[in-house]
Amino acid sequence: MDLCDQSASELVQLLKKREISSREITESVFRRMEVRESEINAFITPTREMAFKQADQADRRYREKQSLSPLDGIPVAVKDVLCTKGIRTTCGSLILKDYIPPYNATAVKRLLGSGAVLVGKTNMDEFAMGSSTENSAFGPTRNPLDPGRVAGGSSGGSAAAVAAGEAVVAVGSDTGGSIRLPAAYCGVAGIKPTYGRVSRYGLVSYASSLDQVGAFGKTVEDCAALLGMIWGHDAKDSTSADVKTPDLGRTLKTGVAGVRIGLPKEYFVEGLDQGIKEKIMQAVSLLESGGARIVEVSLPHTPYAVATYYLIATAEASSNLARYDGVRYGFRAAEEISDSVKMIEATRSLGFGNEVKRRIMLGTYVLSAGYYDAYYLKAQQARTLIKEDFDRAFEKVDCLVTPVSPCLPFKIGEKITEPLQMYLVDVYTVSLNLSGLPGMSVPCGNIEGLPVGMQIIGKAFDEETVLRVAYGYERTRGNDGIVE
Amino acid sequence: MDFEPIIGFETHVELKTRSKLFCDCPVDFDAPPNTCICPVCTGQPGALPVLNKKAVEYTVRAGLALNCTVNRTSRFARKNYFYPDLPKGYQISQYERPFCTDGFLEITADDGRPYAVGIKRVHLEEDAGKLVHSSDSFEASEFSLVDYNRSSVPLLEIVTDHEKNPIRSLQEARAYLEKLRQTLRYIEISDCNMEKGQLRCDVNISLRPKGHPGYGHRAEIKNMASFKFIMDALEYETKRQADILRSGGDINQETRLFDEKKRKTFPMRSKEDAPDYRYFPDPDLVEIELDEDFIDGIRKKVPELPDQKVHRLVQEFDVPRDEVLILTKEKAVSEYFTTCALACEDRKRLSRWIIKDLFKLLNKACLSMEQCPVPPDHFSTLVNLIAKGAVTEKMARSILEEMFEKGVGPEALIESKGLKPIQDSAALEKIVDEVLAKNPEAVAKIKAGNKKPVDFLIGQVMKKTRGKADPAALTRLIQDKLRS
Repeated sequence: MDLCDQSASELVQLLKKREISSREITESVFRRMEVRESEINAFITPTREMAFKQADQADRRYREKQSLSPLDGIPVAVKDVLCTKGIRTTCGSLILKDYIPPYNATAVKRLLGSGAVLVGKTNMDEFAMGSSTENSAFGPTRNPLDPGRVAGGSSGGSAAAVAAGEAVVAVGSDTGGSIRLPAAYCGVAGIKPTYGRVSRYGLVSYASSLDQVGAFGKTVEDCAALLGMIWGHDAKDSTSADVKTPDLGRTLKTGVAGVRIGLPKEYFVEGLDQGIKEKIMQAVSLLESGGARIVEVSLPHTPYAVATYYLIATAEASSNLARYDGVRYGFRAAEEISDSVKMIEATRSLGFGNEVKRRIMLGTYVLSAGYYDAYYLKAQQARTLIKEDFDRAFEKVDCLVTPVSPCLPFKIGEKITEPLQMYLVDVYTVSLNLSGLPGMSVPCGNIEGLPVGMQIIGKAFDEETVLRVAYGYERTRGNDGIVE
Repeated sequence: MDFEPIIGFETHVELKTRSKLFCDCPVDFDAPPNTCICPVCTGQPGALPVLNKKAVEYTVRAGLALNCTVNRTSRFARKNYFYPDLPKGYQISQYERPFCTDGFLEITADDGRPYAVGIKRVHLEEDAGKLVHSSDSFEASEFSLVDYNRSSVPLLEIVTDHEKNPIRSLQEARAYLEKLRQTLRYIEISDCNMEKGQLRCDVNISLRPKGHPGYGHRAEIKNMASFKFIMDALEYETKRQADILRSGGDINQETRLFDEKKRKTFPMRSKEDAPDYRYFPDPDLVEIELDEDFIDGIRKKVPELPDQKVHRLVQEFDVPRDEVLILTKEKAVSEYFTTCALACEDRKRLSRWIIKDLFKLLNKACLSMEQCPVPPDHFSTLVNLIAKGAVTEKMARSILEEMFEKGVGPEALIESKGLKPIQDSAALEKIVDEVLAKNPEAVAKIKAGNKKPVDFLIGQVMKKTRGKADPAALTRLIQDKLRS
């Protein structure tokens, strides 16, 4: 086993004992990239030089016994949707192909402050719009477990990097499932915290009321460690929650005994792959034998979630993406253009990919005079109902367990021409974004070599229970049925 | 048929906060282009707005001064449109729930009676940047440059009510604008300098048969930044619309522009071409809740308003109302007056001297009262000297001129120039005797009962003393001499 295949928590122990150096881990990561990157395409911009500089600084800190955090010296990849000062940030789009931000996102700033080694910016669906990381101007990311298949999206690059050992942990973002789905498809752990937990400052907006930054790791513990570094209130984001952040290490390993787990019946209906259903139910039995109490609950408005999501997300996106006009930064249509409106039109026509244009048009329509009430306002009402479903369920249970995806990782190209089919992949994940709730994907076995992810959903600001249940499951599961 | 105009104003006022509305960049209109900018006000990807509390305070202060209801909850909304000076592709403004609604501003109507012009709403929004063209117009320019220093500077929008006490004549329009500017200056939220674009108006006007209820189609004239042009445009529009209506035509509901050189308005776009701004609540900014304590705190700090000041000065200082109206037009003048008045007995004389003499000097030098080189204590001293008869009015005028020029006090000038009135009665008596001796005819006439030549003799003495004789004392002296 190479260093890059180990978890951060293991590596940090070795670093502390000075048995290995951060430079060695970083070297291991970049060697792996050399071997696998041409096939997987997890990165848009690797940051090799900077990484080794940071690794050496971390090593100096370990020598002086002044390590900064449980991530000091650990190679981390960051989704190319978070602004990195001086390092180009493309959002997987031609329109930001050469954009170099003048500032760091708050999450990046905190990450760098923790001593983590940034190894690169990862591939993604353009502006985080997609479920497969095929919608990238830099080519699709392939699933490290089966390169003929998608890595899931939109944070496919971050998930694939962790799965392939091209990074130890990674930061992603999740607007409708963009962390949980690729985590499930690549067989790694991934958490989307409560809306407002991690600052969105510097996270390039797709849908402001749904976007949330989160973490990938090979283990639940690594996810907790990474989340612990980047979360917490930030005055630069008005939607950031001024809520105390608990010490996750304190409760992580306390087991699942007594935890009340709800199974929403609407998540186990037609459309769900039978094999996946079985895997989830096996995992549930394991949790039950660990002392958890299993309760069936109902989330009756679930059937409206995908439609609601696509109305709200596209409406916000149509406005959020208006700033890419070629005036101040990024791509500008090259031809001689006489007036500014034509210049903006040509820039956007050439600069955006098809899925982005589709969603901008949908969102523009949704907000148009005369349609606003029927679509946007109605969607907001549905959103409230979906949220209330969860509130009622959480009166009876401490967390919910569901599948992450109704299907196994699909083949590259399989759904790309069928947008509606692609949208339905998000059927189990979007409700959490609409409700702002935390959710995590944890691997729960495989079917013919393809991984299955189990979703654990928590109450708002109760990432502790989510992680604790995920960790409890992960430990009892062992490596049984997990793809190597 | 006689027509009556119905006039509406949407007035934009730049607030004089130290920093911008959604970032901490300074508001500085004299700074070199693009030096007061940051990721937020240039719309960099991922940057987020954070509301400036001072701007909210100013908005509430304006709402209270305009007798509005201050709403306990309000929201920002996005107004979406593309333009190179608009960095995000949308303006953060307010739509459905503005800070203040339903107020009035009292003016003097054409019939001389007070009239409470209805104010529909007062809301807060951000300004755009500024385009600088290489030639006169956008179309004719080889290139255009954008300066984002102004981007996101707080703007207050004040909208008059069309239905509740609308403005009904050009004179009322002028009275409204003057009163509005005066009020906003009094409450110290903006300098309202139109030349600097700190106060700009969209004006709309429709005509209806005099005494008729209901409303005609209205034309809106965009972006006016001078009182004179506003009045010219309204005058032109009144005539244009009346001509059309009289000849049996219809007014197009449209937006027009005012050509300052031709002093005409011409069509810009019709109602059908009006852009759909796709307003929706800005998801980056949370709902704002103002509690009663916050509003009360501001209410207590609203400075004295113009009408209150007029009332107080008339009561307290016994100066005629028409003069007080002049003295209170500018807050700085009223403050100058009250400061002087506290050190002056003769307030009527003080008022006259400010209005006639000090204003004349200020106008000639193109200075505002804030820039007045004569401090109030110098001015009040001078007025007191006049009142005591220690200097003649004529002398005082030339002394004031020198005070204005040199910034020195009156006493010093009187001393140094030997302008002190001749207090020495022996010296004055000597001159009087000389004059009487030279003018026996006049003396004879007076002695025969004709009083007329007294003035002539006084004039002769004044000539000899270069105006330094106190006229009252001199008259007494001459009469005494001739009686004996």
